[in-house]
Amino acid sequence: MEKKLMKGNEALAEAAIRCGCKCFFGYPITPQTELSEYMAKRMNASGGVFLQAESEIAAINMVLGAASTGVRAMTSSSSPGISLKSEGISYIAGSDLPCVIINVQRGGPGLGGIQPSQADYWQATKGLGHGDFHVLVFAPSSVQEVVDMVSYAFDMADKYRMPAMLLSDGLLGQMMEPVVFPEQKSEAIEKPWAANGHKNERKHNIINSLYIEATDLENTVVERYKKYDEIKATLPDAETYMTDDAEYIITAYGATARVCKSAVNLARAEGIKAGLIRPKTLWPFPSEIIKNATENAKAILCVEMSTGQMVDDVKLAVECKKNVEFFGRTGGVIPTPAEVLAQIKKLGGIE
Amino acid sequence: MTSEILFAGFGGQGILFSGKAFAYCGLIADKEVSWLPSYGPEMRGGAANCSVCISDEPIGSPLITTPDYLVAMNIPSFDKFIGTVKPGGKAFIDSTMVDEKCERTDIDCYYVPASQLASEHNLSANVILMGKLIKETGLFTFDEIRKGLEKCIPASKAHLIDKNIEAMKIGYDYE
Repeated sequence: MEKKLMKGNEALAEAAIRCGCKCFFGYPITPQTELSEYMAKRMNASGGVFLQAESEIAAINMVLGAASTGVRAMTSSSSPGISLKSEGISYIAGSDLPCVIINVQRGGPGLGGIQPSQADYWQATKGLGHGDFHVLVFAPSSVQEVVDMVSYAFDMADKYRMPAMLLSDGLLGQMMEPVVFPEQKSEAIEKPWAANGHKNERKHNIINSLYIEATDLENTVVERYKKYDEIKATLPDAETYMTDDAEYIITAYGATARVCKSAVNLARAEGIKAGLIRPKTLWPFPSEIIKNATENAKAILCVEMSTGQMVDDVKLAVECKKNVEFFGRTGGVIPTPAEVLAQIKKLGGIE
Repeated sequence: MTSEILFAGFGGQGILFSGKAFAYCGLIADKEVSWLPSYGPEMRGGAANCSVCISDEPIGSPLITTPDYLVAMNIPSFDKFIGTVKPGGKAFIDSTMVDEKCERTDIDCYYVPASQLASEHNLSANVILMGKLIKETGLFTFDEIRKGLEKCIPASKAHLIDKNIEAMKIGYDYE
C-alpha cells in the first residue's frame, strides 16, 4: 500500500473519516486547526456532516446529540478548548454514549502557549469533567499510530459505550511522517440503545444523565464501574524498548517517548543499560506492564512535557518500591535527547 | 545513518516546500523521514523554519537542534542557526540575502546568490539552494528529486516540475 506523507492532524482526520466517523463538530484552535480544516474539505464529500460550531461548548453538545442517535461522532480541540468541553464530556459519560475526542495539547494553564505540551495528563486521566467517571485515553507517538489509534478508539468507545480521547500534542499534530491507511472498515456495530426513531416497532429509548433518586444514580455509577474494571483488566497497553537488561528505565508517552527513545540509543552507545516503557493507554494505565518490566531496574526516570503528572501513576505502578525520578520541560519546550541522556547519567551517578 | 536538515528563512521563501520536497525524496528512496515546521503566528515575511530528518532508522525526535545541513535564506536565520550546525556539517547560504560570512572553521559553508540567480532566471531561490545541497551532500539523485517534486506539486501545477528541476540544476552547477 502506498505510503503518504501527512501531518498528524490531517492523517487523524482522514483516518476518522475512513473508519466511519459521520459527524464532526469543531472550533478552530492552534495547533489543532488542520484537523478541522481537513474535515471541512473532506467530510461532506464522504457523506458525513462537518459543522463549525459557535464555540467548543456547542461542539461537544452537538457530539452528545449525534452520538445519541448511534452515529460515530467526533470533536477536536487543543487544551483550553478541552477545558470548555469538559461539562459536555461528563454528560456524555453519564449518558453512556460513545464518541471520540481529540486533544492536540498545547502549553497551559490559561491560554498558555501554542507549542507542544503534555500538561493535560491529569485532566485527561483523572478529571475530564465532574462526577465519577473515566474516559479511555490513548496516547499515540507517531503519525502512523495516530491513524491506527483513531479507529481503535472508535471501536473501543462503541464497545464500552463511553467517550474515548486521543491525547496528541502540537508536535505530533504538526509533523509529517509517512503513513499507510488500513483498508476501510464498514462493520456496523449494533446500537439497540440509540435514540434514532422507534417507528412504533419497539419501546422508545431515552438518553439521559439525570437521576433524581440517589440510589438509582448510585446503582448506575456502580454498574459503570464494573465496566471500568473489565477495561482495566483487558485494555492497558504499553511498548517496551530494551527493557530486558535495563538498569535505568525511562517512562514516557506520546512525542516525549520519541525523544526518550533517542536518548536510550545514545545511552546504549555509551554502554549504559537504559530502556524505555511507553504507555499507549493512559487510562487504563499499564501499571502491570510497568511493574513487571522494571522488576530488575535500579531506577526509573519519568519524562514528560509537564512539571510531572504521569510520574505519580508510575510510582503507584511500582508500589513505591523503586526510586522514581522526574525530568520535564514545560510551557511548550520540547526536551532534547541530550538533556534526557544527562538525566539518565545523573540517575545512575555516571560520568 | 541520519541526515538532519534545517531550512530557515522568511515565510514566503518556500522554506516549508523545500523541506516537504526533500522529505518526499527520502520517502521515495525508502528511508524513514519526518518533517516538522516551526508554527505559530507565522506569516509571509515572518521567520519560518522546518526540520527534516532522513534516516535508515526509525526517527526519534523530529525536532532538530544540531543540524547536519543548514539552509539559511535570511540574516536572522543565519545568525540564529549557524552556531548550531554539527561540526563537520555544511551550511548553504543565500548570499543575496545574507552579506555576513561564517567565522566557524569546523563546518563547510557554501555561499550561493540564490535570490539573484532566481530573479535572473525567473525561478525560485529555495530550489536553487536545494540543488547546491544535493551536489555537496549527494543526498539524492536527480531522478529521486523529480519523483519527490511530482509528489508535492499538485497536478494542476505540473508544468512547474521542469522549472524546479531547472532551478535545481542552476544551484547544482554553481561554483
